[in-house]
Amino acid sequence: MKGNEALAEAAIRAGCRFFFGYPITPQTELAAYMAKRMPKEGGVYLQAESEIAAINMVYGASAAGKRAMTSSSSPGISLKGEGISYMAGADLPGVIINVQRGGPGLGGIQPSQSDYFQATRATGHGDFHLIVLAPSTVQEMTDYVFRAFDLADEYRTPVMILADGMLGQMMEPVVLPEPKTEFPAKPWAVTGHKGQRTHNIVNSLHLKPERLEETNVERYQRYDRIKATEQLAEEYRVEDAEIVVVAFGASSRIVRSAVNKAREKGIKAGLIRPITLWPFPADAISAATDRAKAILTVEMNMGQMVDDVRLVVCGRVPVEFFGRAGGIIPTPAETLAVIERIAASLEGGAR
Amino acid sequence: MSKIVFERPHSLTDAQFSYCPGCTHGIVHRLVAETMDELGIEGTTVGVAPVGCSVLAYEFFGCDMVQAAHGRAPAVATALKRALPENVVFAYQGDGDLASIGMAETVHAATRGEKITIIFINNAIYGMTGGQLAPTSLPDQVTQTSPYGRDVNEAGFPIRVVEMLSTLDGVALAQRVTVDTPKNVRAAKRAIKKAFEYQVEGVGYTIIEVVSTCPTNWGLSPVDALQWLRDNMLPYYPPGVYKDVKADGFANVAEAAAARALELAGGGEV
Amino acid sequence: MAASLNMLLAGFGGQGILFAGKLIAYAGLIEGRELSWLPSYGPEMRGGTANCSVCLSDEPIGSPLVLEPDVLVAMNQPSLDKFIDSVVPGGKVIIDSTMCQRLPERDDVDIFPVPATQLAEDNGLKGLASVILIGKLLREIGFCDPRTLDEAIVKSVPPKKAHLLPKNRKAFEIGMLNEDGESVPVCSLPEDWSVE
Repeated sequence: MKGNEALAEAAIRAGCRFFFGYPITPQTELAAYMAKRMPKEGGVYLQAESEIAAINMVYGASAAGKRAMTSSSSPGISLKGEGISYMAGADLPGVIINVQRGGPGLGGIQPSQSDYFQATRATGHGDFHLIVLAPSTVQEMTDYVFRAFDLADEYRTPVMILADGMLGQMMEPVVLPEPKTEFPAKPWAVTGHKGQRTHNIVNSLHLKPERLEETNVERYQRYDRIKATEQLAEEYRVEDAEIVVVAFGASSRIVRSAVNKAREKGIKAGLIRPITLWPFPADAISAATDRAKAILTVEMNMGQMVDDVRLVVCGRVPVEFFGRAGGIIPTPAETLAVIERIAASLEGGAR
Repeated sequence: MSKIVFERPHSLTDAQFSYCPGCTHGIVHRLVAETMDELGIEGTTVGVAPVGCSVLAYEFFGCDMVQAAHGRAPAVATALKRALPENVVFAYQGDGDLASIGMAETVHAATRGEKITIIFINNAIYGMTGGQLAPTSLPDQVTQTSPYGRDVNEAGFPIRVVEMLSTLDGVALAQRVTVDTPKNVRAAKRAIKKAFEYQVEGVGYTIIEVVSTCPTNWGLSPVDALQWLRDNMLPYYPPGVYKDVKADGFANVAEAAAARALELAGGGEV
Repeated sequence: MAASLNMLLAGFGGQGILFAGKLIAYAGLIEGRELSWLPSYGPEMRGGTANCSVCLSDEPIGSPLVLEPDVLVAMNQPSLDKFIDSVVPGGKVIIDSTMCQRLPERDDVDIFPVPATQLAEDNGLKGLASVILIGKLLREIGFCDPRTLDEAIVKSVPPKKAHLLPKNRKAFEIGMLNEDGESVPVCSLPEDWSVE
């Protein structure tokens, strides 16, 4: 199954019946799949007039208590930033998929990871975070989209799947989850009060500074809970690793190949693959840092996640960066060369 | 015991309006609330508040309410209605929200024939931000950002919203009203009620434009503002029914659109 | 059969490159192997360059992007020229020789020129040159059981285009029976093979 199609099918199985999209390469298969499947599931597929309208439709459907999703690629996500901020401000769940392409501006259409900052730091204005999940296989696309809807409901927050053009376009075997049949109650939703309760209001406006601060503080307490319980990372050959490579999504697959080749050459390399980009898996990286002599971050951008890695490592060991931008995928060979160079410099230092 | 002849509509909360003296928002809020009361739909209605002076509408209407980003109310209302097809969904928007930043959302919700009702307050100015040029500000109208008057060569021409929307096949009812006199208030009420009724019947997209005042930012007393409205606004924005598919003899927008397509193709009697 | 096989298929858009890649991927899926299929994608819908990476392995696949292919299937001259140097020594190169006049000069790879487009034309199989090349590829490296590939063809031809199934199978057969090349074929058609 193609990655983009797996994202769509898993969302349907997670109970998403409202999809609002707008065409953009390289995520269009997802919308096409939804257009085909949603009517058969009694759901709504609506091609919005813009990415802005699409995210605001997610806002509306979510306000009504429904599981809703939108998908786009980098330039389109910029347009969705406004709506995502409103969703965070109104504590609305929802799933946003970003099949990243190179930027800035119109950029290109080849795979990229250059929206890391946008996803983890400032998707829109104001104090807020999204939960950001970064799959690296088509199977994970399926699993994490399914999980994303649960996380969104549990913490009343938008959740982003940060994929890229490579994962979206590729086909791999997939085991699909059983459709979800039970969903959490949403007493806050606007469904019409039927004269049985006071009116519900979905809103992000608080004109009294004290009240607005309270909502921010409450939200950050929730974020603390998320940080404590939802960090996810995969560790690959890190137990005895001297050089720990940190990479997520598509680039982690290249790194995995490079790590294997490095091990064949006797270099003790390992991979930590953050699966949640927010909350950042600081605990796993910190623990690995205790045993490592150097950290290397590999990304398909000019160096974004490396900032988070440096915050965790906090100067304990050197942190290096290797990246390719513009839609170019780093090769295992060039990644291996960087690992070898670091290994050589470590040996030099030991002498 | 005396008979109650006038009371607050049930569909308004006890919250005190935050509008300026003489502002017509209060009247229109009341008309919408009376409509909900009379149709018995407060418990099944979801309203969408805009950005602008009426942003706090979510405090005033007794039905469930959603506050939307600037201009996005039609997109939010679209999804609410798709998610809750048995409910009544309305959006309450001003001229900057609807006709400037939200024009794309407005046009597309209309052309899709979303079964929602839009209450459009046109007072030719941005109120909440302090009186700037609006897409509906009149030629030569002085505002904070058109200090020498709206120069149509520079700022372009005002948009006649219901006329424009009435060309779209998804629109069931496009009507302009005003609330400057008791008679016109009653007419406005009838139009708003009709719009909600059309929505309940599933006829199509409905929009009622209410030509309104902004005494504060126009720099006029409430009474003078009403006179200014009559002298300047109404000639440019004439009240009237611009589209009414039921009055034209159709059950809904789909039937009306089919007949129109046939007519345009020259394919028979309509 | 190699534990891990990285293949690159390249040509013009519309030559069936992606479809051919999918046949290999489906065959891997049917045989329960790890696999990935990754297309290049560009702004052109037709006539541009198209290529796809297919990995078959018994281990989880790392990079799905094939940069140093064990197998190159080239369906036009620009693709052949672009990728020939990246093929690993000892690799196999299947070439549509109708579309490529200049054959590569490397002697450390096995080169199999097949006039696939011409053969397709001659047999009324227009548009199925890529399937002929997959047949040839299977004959030379045996990446799966021939019955499995046949099953993959059956799975890949959509029900709406069921009339194309015999043609696809015929193209596969032509490729499997193609004798050009110097090495001993490792794979042949099943004994009871027939094209309906």
